[in-house]
Amino acid sequence: MSGNTEKGQFDNKVVSWVDERLPIFTMLSKEYGVFPTPKNFNYFWNFGAIAMAMLSIMILTGIFLAMNYTAHADEAFNSVERITRDVNYGWLLRYLHMNGASFFFIAVYIHIGRGLFYGSYKGPRELLWIFGVLIFLLMMGTAFMGYTLPWSQMSGWGATVITNLFSAIPIVGDSIHTLLIGGFTVDNPTLNRFFALHYLLPFVIVAVVFLHVWALHVTGSNNPLGIEPKSKKDTLPFHPYYTSKDVFGLSVFLLFYLWVVFFHPLALSHADHFKPFDSMVTPEHIVPEWYFLPFYAILKSFTADLVIPFTGIILVEAKLLGVLAMFGSIGLLFVLPWLDSSPVRSATFRPIYKICLFLLLISMLVLGYTGSQPAEGWVVVAAQITTAYYFIHFLVILPLLGKIERTKPLPKSINESVLAKKEGK
Amino acid sequence: MSKTEKIDENKRDFLYLAAAGMGVVGVGSAVWPLVDSMNPAADVLALASTEVDLSSVEIGQSIKVVWRGKPVFIRRRTKEEITEANSVEVETLRDKQSDTDRVQNPEWLIMVGVCTHLGCIPLGNKPAEVKGEYNGWFCPCHGSHYDTSGRIRKGPAPKNLEVPEYKFVTDTQVIIG
Repeated sequence: MSGNTEKGQFDNKVVSWVDERLPIFTMLSKEYGVFPTPKNFNYFWNFGAIAMAMLSIMILTGIFLAMNYTAHADEAFNSVERITRDVNYGWLLRYLHMNGASFFFIAVYIHIGRGLFYGSYKGPRELLWIFGVLIFLLMMGTAFMGYTLPWSQMSGWGATVITNLFSAIPIVGDSIHTLLIGGFTVDNPTLNRFFALHYLLPFVIVAVVFLHVWALHVTGSNNPLGIEPKSKKDTLPFHPYYTSKDVFGLSVFLLFYLWVVFFHPLALSHADHFKPFDSMVTPEHIVPEWYFLPFYAILKSFTADLVIPFTGIILVEAKLLGVLAMFGSIGLLFVLPWLDSSPVRSATFRPIYKICLFLLLISMLVLGYTGSQPAEGWVVVAAQITTAYYFIHFLVILPLLGKIERTKPLPKSINESVLAKKEGK
Repeated sequence: MSKTEKIDENKRDFLYLAAAGMGVVGVGSAVWPLVDSMNPAADVLALASTEVDLSSVEIGQSIKVVWRGKPVFIRRRTKEEITEANSVEVETLRDKQSDTDRVQNPEWLIMVGVCTHLGCIPLGNKPAEVKGEYNGWFCPCHGSHYDTSGRIRKGPAPKNLEVPEYKFVTDTQVIIG
């Protein structure tokens, strides 16, 4: 596959024979061999490939873990302990899988952050972005259900709290809640269905990743300048330039991942995750995994009902408000391409947007911290302020900023900018 | 169909709608068994009621019993706690209920020990546990405070702690459910 684009021009006869009947090698060569890719990528462009590698690791380790796991309320906790202690390399599989979830989210959060900074969600890449948000949602569902499988105190109570979110829906909420957990409380039926779905959803993610990448290959990649490639001078073939860069980036990322797996496998875990589930005792302090904390903080920051002033008539209960805000905070991402009114993609040329985005990052970090703390005192206020900023950023700042911001002049082409940078040094 | 024959568009539309409607009904009735299979099964629904002997419970003491997989709090309230529960202006409450609506015998407060916010189990049954700002129960998950009648007073929970159906068989025997 050395740059052949026309069908059937492969040196190997077997490859040619197959390709004439199913042009899979032509497709691979076109999409991953000669595929023209902007030549000015920075290392933030590694994280799509890294996320895909993490997805593969999760599926692979997950399949082998499932071979030793028992999805029953009485057995699940012990079967996970048995995997850790008795199954050959079971400890490795488990630690790769449980820390893999965290590193999958690290990769995806950086990937999303890059999209926000460089305006990758803007036309013509709206659908590409939407598939991405869909993958993120599916990941959240899969990770949540995976967390319940060891049937620990954190598992059972996490499942209780999250499924109870649906009981906030007016009128049908309780029926939906009962339908989801298959009983009056979180119990064996809940564990069984969560296991079934936890096994299914990763393959749904694979399907949506396929659509995500397909859409990417229709529009082509965005780049740090946010301007479209105009000539051949602006691009490089994907192979070997970006295959090698992705392998390098992935290797560095895997080093961090394996360092945690081998030296600090429980650093991201909680003590209550190692006690069997007791449906009669809630742990003193329950928190979700770190990657859910900002959204959990948004949920907790709604402490008062929405009432019509001076009448005491409750329009929306605090509980429902929190749930709506939490789902809304992710729902907003789906319409982000239409909220941002600026025609300029990259934050490099948008001085005010850059500051606002930095504030959003700070808000997410504050939300993450407050989400991990008991809801008392200043923690609540901090969570409320940052929650307010999150929604103001997307619903007020982004639509207005495009109309008032003076952007810096865009370079004529990627090639010109790259050469100018080189000469500047 | 010969060329001279005219197509009656209304008839066509009706046929399309009828076919699509039938299709929706068909798919719906095929999908329903799948959805309903996720609802509680017969054995889950068949959970019996719970009978509790209260003779060993002292005044001021609380116990926790299991009913349908959920904890039920039974507190033998002190005179002060009963007075406190009755002294509240019902109109000022989030979920307006007087104490008398929540008990059969004021001394015995019986309710489901599941926070109406997101389903955690509030603290306050054991002497050493925090009871919250209203001297009743406190949910550690998201900070809901309940008073000595189990009514929501502060925090995110929308409703009072649920009072299950129960019946005193004798003075110290109660059947829940």
